[in-house]
Amino acid sequence: MTSLAGAQSLTKHFNGVVALADFSYTVAEKEILGLLGPNGAGKTTLFNVLTGLLAPDSGDAKFKGTALLCQPVHKIANMGIARTFQNLRLIRRITVLENVLLCFKNQPGENLLNVFFRPGLCRRHEAVIREKATELLLTAGLADKANDLADNLSYGQQKLLSLLCCLAADAELLLLDEPVAGIAPEMAERILAIIADLPNQGKSAIVIEHDIDALKGIAHRMIFMDAGRKICEGVPDEVLNDPRVIEAYLD
Amino acid sequence: MDYLAHIGVLIAVYSILAVSLNMVAGYTGFLSLTHAGFYGIGAYVGALMSLHLHTPLLITLAVAVSLSGILGVLLALPALRLRDDHFVITTFAFQIILVSFLTNWTSITGGPMGLAGVPHASLFGWNLSTQTDYLIVTAAVAAFAWGISSRIEKSPLGRVLKSIREDDRLAASAGKNVALFKILIFAVSACVASTAGVLYVHYITFVDPSNFTVMESIFIVSIVILGGAGSLWGPVLGAVVLVTLPELLRFVGIPSAAAANIRQILYGLALVACMLWRPQGLIGEYAFGRAEKQK
Ligand SMILES: Nc1ncnc2c1ncn2[C@@H]1O[C@H](COP(=O)(O)OP(=O)(O)OP(=O)(O)O)[C@@H](O)[C@H]1O
Ligand SMILES: [Mg+2]
Repeated sequence: MTSLAGAQSLTKHFNGVVALADFSYTVAEKEILGLLGPNGAGKTTLFNVLTGLLAPDSGDAKFKGTALLCQPVHKIANMGIARTFQNLRLIRRITVLENVLLCFKNQPGENLLNVFFRPGLCRRHEAVIREKATELLLTAGLADKANDLADNLSYGQQKLLSLLCCLAADAELLLLDEPVAGIAPEMAERILAIIADLPNQGKSAIVIEHDIDALKGIAHRMIFMDAGRKICEGVPDEVLNDPRVIEAYLD
Repeated sequence: MDYLAHIGVLIAVYSILAVSLNMVAGYTGFLSLTHAGFYGIGAYVGALMSLHLHTPLLITLAVAVSLSGILGVLLALPALRLRDDHFVITTFAFQIILVSFLTNWTSITGGPMGLAGVPHASLFGWNLSTQTDYLIVTAAVAAFAWGISSRIEKSPLGRVLKSIREDDRLAASAGKNVALFKILIFAVSACVASTAGVLYVHYITFVDPSNFTVMESIFIVSIVILGGAGSLWGPVLGAVVLVTLPELLRFVGIPSAAAANIRQILYGLALVACMLWRPQGLIGEYAFGRAEKQK
């Protein structure tokens, strides 16, 4: 298995609170890595560091051989890393379809000169991505909501939409922060099915999730972390039978 | 008839200014208090070029637009590293500096006395002179400015701008270079605003700094908010309302000395009423700024 991304000895403190302590990981191509840990373990902080929203105190992170740290957020995204947010972020006052369209890369119509001097090019490209976006919404069962404001979707549908946005971005690595927390089982299953299918499309994902059963069903490998530190890692059965994990999750 | 054409010219001029500010404040969601500054730059470029060089309108417009575009980029470059509220202060400062510059560089700008005797505009050999001539030209430029803003709003670029308004972190996480887009739209907006100044100075044939103070910037912001920030026609409607409202005072027979004060009160009231009962403006769909976060 070739490694797609990884990090070495990441450390991050917030005024004395340890969020990441000497944390290292790798994720392989077409691998789904589950990330487990109690509240405040530093899982979301790891995503924020990997996507450039937070600078770590020390350490090193790579994606496809390129250094990630110190790069601006949009550059990291354009390298092929897409993410969802734990506190669900969407562009609320544009439609569902427009949210998906927004996430496609390299759109000629985002260039001011093209907008005025090459309208044909913009229109053609827009038609192409519109078709892809409609296809995505259709397979995910959101097609009938395409023209509703994103704000008007249910919580579960919004989580599904934010995942579709990552698919539209055609990222090679998806960082999914609690993709099924707090939503109805039927919708959770739909979302899990999409995640489980990612390797078939050549994509990898790191999935944070407190719902162990959900995570067990999709993860190839798991990391359990606490207080910013990696406690153990391995195949799901191994990690879930580790006494430290059992202790953390059984009380 | 001339009177109506005069009101028409004013509406067109303020429509241009409001449409230009709407690209920044409405689509992209960050406020600028310096649009009267770009209006003033247009006016002074127009006055100086036609006084000293007798340039035709299109040349004057091209120079004013280029200069404003460059200044817009320079102003936005450092400011956009800042948070949006700090950016407002920066634009405010630029506005103040510009006016004191216009007031004190007497040898060029005529200082507080301004510049008089600005020649009328000439367009392809046509010498504009009557109110109606100016109405035709300013309305055409306003329509052009509206066309630009509409084309941007409907494009993928417009989608990016709106995403920045709603959640700039999410926009960046989706791969959009937020700072670059903000600088770009601010510069475009500055370019558009300056055309209003060029037209206005040819029309009035006189310029002094008092027309381009921060009060004027606030007036332009009021037009956008009252009409409906982010909507295509809102700024135009706002211009119609806020330009004609004080004119109505004349017909009620209020003495002109009192009218100026009453006018300020009226603008204030209109804005407060708007904030209270229609935060999205007369025909806007959404309140100014970003969406409230859902709980
Ligand atoms: N921006 C911040 N400023 C200060 N402290 C922070 C910040 N972000 C996170 N922390 C702290 O860092 C620690 C790790 O937080 P983080 O959000 O990464 O945990 P988590 O594993 O995602 O937890 P949860 O399961 O609750 O989402 C916590 O103690 C948190 O309070
Ligand atoms: Mg978290």
